[in-house]
Amino acid sequence: MALELERTRVDIVQCAKTYAGGARGLHPTDLAVEPGEVLALLGPSGCGKTTLLRLIAGLEAPDAGSRIAFGGTDVTQLPIERRGVGMVFQHYALFPQMTVEGNIGYGLKIRGVPEAERRRVVGELIDLVRLTGLEKRRPAELSGGQRQRVALARAVAVRPRVLLLDEPLTALDAKLKESLRDELAELLRRLHITAIHVTHDQQEALAIADRLAVMQAGRIVQVGDGETLYRTPAHPFVASFLGRVNRLTRPTTGLRSCIDLGGLELPLPPGPDCDAWLVRPEDVEVEPTVLGQPGWGHADVTHRSFLGDRVQLTLDVPGQAPLRADVARDHAARAGDTVAIRIAPHRLMPLNDEAHAA
Amino acid sequence: MRNARQAPWALVALTALVALFMAAPIALSVMAGLVNNYSVGLQSGFTLRWLGEVWENYGSTVTWSLTLALLCVAGNLLLGVPCAYALARSRSRWARLFEELLTLPVAVPGLASALALILASGQLSSFRQSFAFILVGHMIFTLPFMVRTVGSAFQKDELRSLEEAARSLGAGFAQRFLGVLVPAVLPAIVAGSLMVFTLSVGEFNLTWMLHTPLTRTLPVGLADSYASMRIEVGSAYTLVFLLVILPVLWGLQAVGNFIEKHHGT
Repeated sequence: MALELERTRVDIVQCAKTYAGGARGLHPTDLAVEPGEVLALLGPSGCGKTTLLRLIAGLEAPDAGSRIAFGGTDVTQLPIERRGVGMVFQHYALFPQMTVEGNIGYGLKIRGVPEAERRRVVGELIDLVRLTGLEKRRPAELSGGQRQRVALARAVAVRPRVLLLDEPLTALDAKLKESLRDELAELLRRLHITAIHVTHDQQEALAIADRLAVMQAGRIVQVGDGETLYRTPAHPFVASFLGRVNRLTRPTTGLRSCIDLGGLELPLPPGPDCDAWLVRPEDVEVEPTVLGQPGWGHADVTHRSFLGDRVQLTLDVPGQAPLRADVARDHAARAGDTVAIRIAPHRLMPLNDEAHAA
Repeated sequence: MRNARQAPWALVALTALVALFMAAPIALSVMAGLVNNYSVGLQSGFTLRWLGEVWENYGSTVTWSLTLALLCVAGNLLLGVPCAYALARSRSRWARLFEELLTLPVAVPGLASALALILASGQLSSFRQSFAFILVGHMIFTLPFMVRTVGSAFQKDELRSLEEAARSLGAGFAQRFLGVLVPAVLPAIVAGSLMVFTLSVGEFNLTWMLHTPLTRTLPVGLADSYASMRIEVGSAYTLVFLLVILPVLWGLQAVGNFIEKHHGT
């Protein structure tokens, strides 16, 4: 590909942000992004992900003692104009009075790139993001997806060292979001640029990013690839934020080494000792009752919702809170049925705050 | 049968009545400027004599009023637009206070503002006797309209993002202010300019206090003619005002609409 972009490592060391009122937007945070990697900052609103992105961009000044480096160069004191970042904004922030070409070429024009060279680069980018034929359109005349592609092309036209994406898909409706998500993921792979992507949507993060940093209340809770975070979350917040979870408690009296699951004594997996465990709805196995079958517990189906690709059952299990189970679309269970349930012990995730703190 | 989209007759009648109520004085005034003798009425016959008399005596006020209004718009663009940006971006308490202060001349009677101006710089006689003195008065009076209109456009979140986007692409302050922000708020600037122009052309209160016999604007001349000449002359003057100002306003409005339409936010 003609547009070769630099792959820069990003190091964030003890980076914190305290607002003028004394509120802590971000607690001291360490994070490293590998060259060419797409990292998602994932978390609910107010978790500090946007603050961290704006600190990396240079739109906000971090507290004293913070350090941000791009490929070994300390950029902490550089304003955004000289930091060499490309940024895609939440609502794209395309210049309304400029055409598609004008928007994409703006950064090059500012840098005094000669007209001919500028035309060449802009043309190349227009091909890359498949906007051929729309060069003379203004942003108001484009669809949401096209605007997003213009924003991306504009951000990479100046060959930034790092690409920053601030909730790039929130401005779109759900259906479009899904197709553009895959398109964006594919474009980022083709550009092969170090990218940091802020989102509150876990599906989006899983689809786009190589690694995820899950944030909560101004802190990064866990960093890892999507599959690891989903399968072995180190923190209950990560488990519940990435997908849905059920909470199982073990009896406070009697047999303390097992979880009682409607008559099934579920042995606890080895590992940290705790009182509650998390299990994902798709890991609850549900079968029509065959009485006396060993290895299965019993539950009553209190509610059944058909969700198209799957059926969600709400189960009443003695001694536990209502349990949600995802079963196949053609599953026979109906509300009011008694069913057999089972959970593979290795699917249980410990709910233990100390495990995280250690 | 009546169509649902047709207005009920009572509403039509009421609208017609209000229209008549508003148009009749203007029509009468225009007529008064065109008849030989208003007290006799239409029977006295039509004449353009009064119009000629007005143009002879007060023709220069038309040029001066338009020039002043244009200079006032230019001054507002140079001072008001940057001021609006600064106020929109500042979070300081003083900025809010300044904004209040800026609006004061709209609430304070023009006579009082004019008196303050005369007290402040009345000694500088060459300034006092020039149109620049009136221009300053008009600027003080119209500035809040420009600053408020453009300031609220600058305050929008999209504008902040636009500015941040321009910064991320390496644009310095002047580059992003003139190349991105001003074009992005152009509709507001056009709206503000139209308002400033209109206010300046029709301004009487301040101007009446600030003018000298050699620096008269259209409204001041109008007052003078009403006070000192025949009713027919004053009425003819109104007609001149309408003939001069209306096409200019329509023209400016058309320019404004054109810009707004081709701007596309």
